[in-house]
Amino acid sequence: MPQGALTIGLGHYLTVAAILLVLGVFGIFLNRKNVIVILMSVELILLAVNLNLVAFSSALGDLAGQVLAMFVLTVAAAEAAIGLAIVVVYFRNRGSIEVEDVNLMKG
Amino acid sequence: MIYATAVFAPLLGSLVCGFTGRFLGDRTAQLITIACMLLAAACGIASWYQHIFGGVPNGVVGMGTWIAAGDFNLAWALRYDSLSVTMVAMVTTVATLIHIYSVGYMAHEHATTTRFFAYLSLFTFAMLMLVTADNLLQLFFGWEGVGLASYLLIGYWYDRPAACSAAIKAMIVNRVGDLSFALGIALVFAKFGAVDFPTIFAAVPQHLSDTYLIFGLEPRAYEVMGVLLFIGAMGKSAQIFLHTWLPDAMEGPTPVSALIHAATMVTAGVFLMSRMSPIMEFAPHALMFVTFIGATTCLFAATIGCVQNDIKRVIAYSTCSQLGYMFIAAGVGAYQASMFHLITHAFFKALLFLCAGSVIHAMSDEQDMRKMGGIWRKIPITYATMWIGSLALAGIPFFAGYYSKDAILEASFAAGTPIGLYGFVCGTLAALLTAFYSGRLLFMTFHGAPRADAHTMAHVHESPPTMWVPLVLLSLGAIFAGFLLHAAFIGDHNAAYWQGAIFTADTNHVLEQIERTPLLIGLLPTATGVLGFAIAYLFYIVKPAFPVRLAAQFGPIYRFLLNKWYFDELYDIIFVRTANFLAREFWKVGDQEIIDGVPNGLASLAEGGAGQVVRIQTGSIAVYAFTMLIGLVVMVSLFLFIR
Repeated sequence: MPQGALTIGLGHYLTVAAILLVLGVFGIFLNRKNVIVILMSVELILLAVNLNLVAFSSALGDLAGQVLAMFVLTVAAAEAAIGLAIVVVYFRNRGSIEVEDVNLMKG
Repeated sequence: MIYATAVFAPLLGSLVCGFTGRFLGDRTAQLITIACMLLAAACGIASWYQHIFGGVPNGVVGMGTWIAAGDFNLAWALRYDSLSVTMVAMVTTVATLIHIYSVGYMAHEHATTTRFFAYLSLFTFAMLMLVTADNLLQLFFGWEGVGLASYLLIGYWYDRPAACSAAIKAMIVNRVGDLSFALGIALVFAKFGAVDFPTIFAAVPQHLSDTYLIFGLEPRAYEVMGVLLFIGAMGKSAQIFLHTWLPDAMEGPTPVSALIHAATMVTAGVFLMSRMSPIMEFAPHALMFVTFIGATTCLFAATIGCVQNDIKRVIAYSTCSQLGYMFIAAGVGAYQASMFHLITHAFFKALLFLCAGSVIHAMSDEQDMRKMGGIWRKIPITYATMWIGSLALAGIPFFAGYYSKDAILEASFAAGTPIGLYGFVCGTLAALLTAFYSGRLLFMTFHGAPRADAHTMAHVHESPPTMWVPLVLLSLGAIFAGFLLHAAFIGDHNAAYWQGAIFTADTNHVLEQIERTPLLIGLLPTATGVLGFAIAYLFYIVKPAFPVRLAAQFGPIYRFLLNKWYFDELYDIIFVRTANFLAREFWKVGDQEIIDGVPNGLASLAEGGAGQVVRIQTGSIAVYAFTMLIGLVVMVSLFLFIR
């Protein structure tokens, strides 16, 4: 390992994951226009979680974390597919996917 | 065997007639019940004859186990002793005659009468169960059975509101007495551990000085039992305070009044006193109470009978009054005399009721004596037999009632106690009134100028033979029963007749003392009887205007009597209205507001709460997402802090 080179450790991975999580959360909070942005933000959050899982798995030498990450990826893909399908159908019905217009779900 | 046949033949007739009468037709069903009753009467008289003259000893006819629970065993059993066979013979005979009479009386009914005959036979069976019971529980079974049959028959014309309410009244008033009777049975069981008569009566001397503690008093056990059993008897025998159902029971068909409310069922109370004589003899205070109630009823009912205008109600109050006589006798220890009067009364009172039915039949269902009169030539047989019945009732010499009433008055005098004297005075006054209202009934109904309209008068006719033959047979009983049975029931042969069925304590010598009462006392009932008839003759034949003037002059007294001492009104205020008020309060407040209100309130609370909570759900995805994240943050923070 060359001298002075920055070692990428667990802390870095966790920092990136935390940044991604906060980005995702703020994406959900601050977004007022587009439902697709919410979906993307959710993907970001899931990505942050995956990063954490893989980082800890590598640091602790336990493969179970990486297996779990694979599951999360599957779920995220399915969620994106279903979410986008819903958005498409919703747009076809209402002509808008603005977050503030999505208010039919009340008891 | 023939004894059991006498008891169960009416049940067979009732079941056949009741369940298959619809298919058999009226006539066949009537014939079947009458055939069963004739069989029962033949067997009843035969078993009576066997016991009294044939020397067949006392015994028990067992019919199997009824209750077997732990140590408590109870059998269905028919008691065979003088008291039971006497009652069986009387009940079956009178009931048979009344069944036959009913064929004629009910001929005008439009609907089928099989129900009527089924009920009549059912009643007869229940009454026979009552008088032949060998234990108190079986007696109670018969007791309730006759109550049920009475209810069904009073309400026979169920399309008449008056009949329905009279039936309900009879049922409810009897329940009051029955409660006390059931308590009495419970006390007997608690004390003796058994309810069958042989066990109880054998164990009586062991508990002579036992006492109960009630409200700080210490009455002897037998006194309490005696009073409770007697209150039961008061209900059934229509004694004062529990008498109000009897006059109303006249809403039933007249044969019912004759059978149930004159000859048999109402005498069940008197029978009970005689049956329980081994206990009653050791309850002197309870006996005083019996005499007091009997004497009061005797006079009270007679005063009312003097002013009533409904022919059946006059006889109904007369029944009440005569039952009072029987209790006077039982109260002074002369059970034999009370049974004697019971038997003679059964004949002449059934006769009087059936005659009244015949009169009503002739007058096109008119019951008001003010609208009768002058019909004696048209219905001579009814007229003659009704005279016989009234003379017997009034205690005119050599008719049946003379012997028994005389014996009761002499016994109450001979008892020599203040309460006995009270009974004697009330009884003598009532005898005068009895003769008066009997004469009034006869003169108003049969003599004087006709007061009915011409159409009714033209229609007046003698009843068919099915009706007048029973009248003639019963009038033979009303003439000869007293004369023939006198010596056996209360005279020299009474010990041989009763054969221990009635217990008299060693200190009880009332029956012997009857013979030693002064001549004047013996003549008094006859004198009052003749006097009563003379007054009635004076009032209603010689000077018909006089009673009207008398009624006007003593208006308050007249109205007091006419309204039956206002007992119905009093009970209406004390019990009926109070019960109605309580029921309404329980309904409106207890049921509607509390019981219904609690679940209804909870439901509306949940509904209202949900209506408020639903506003939180705005439907906006942004808010939902925001809420989810905030929730996550809160959870994680909690996890951090509380771990």
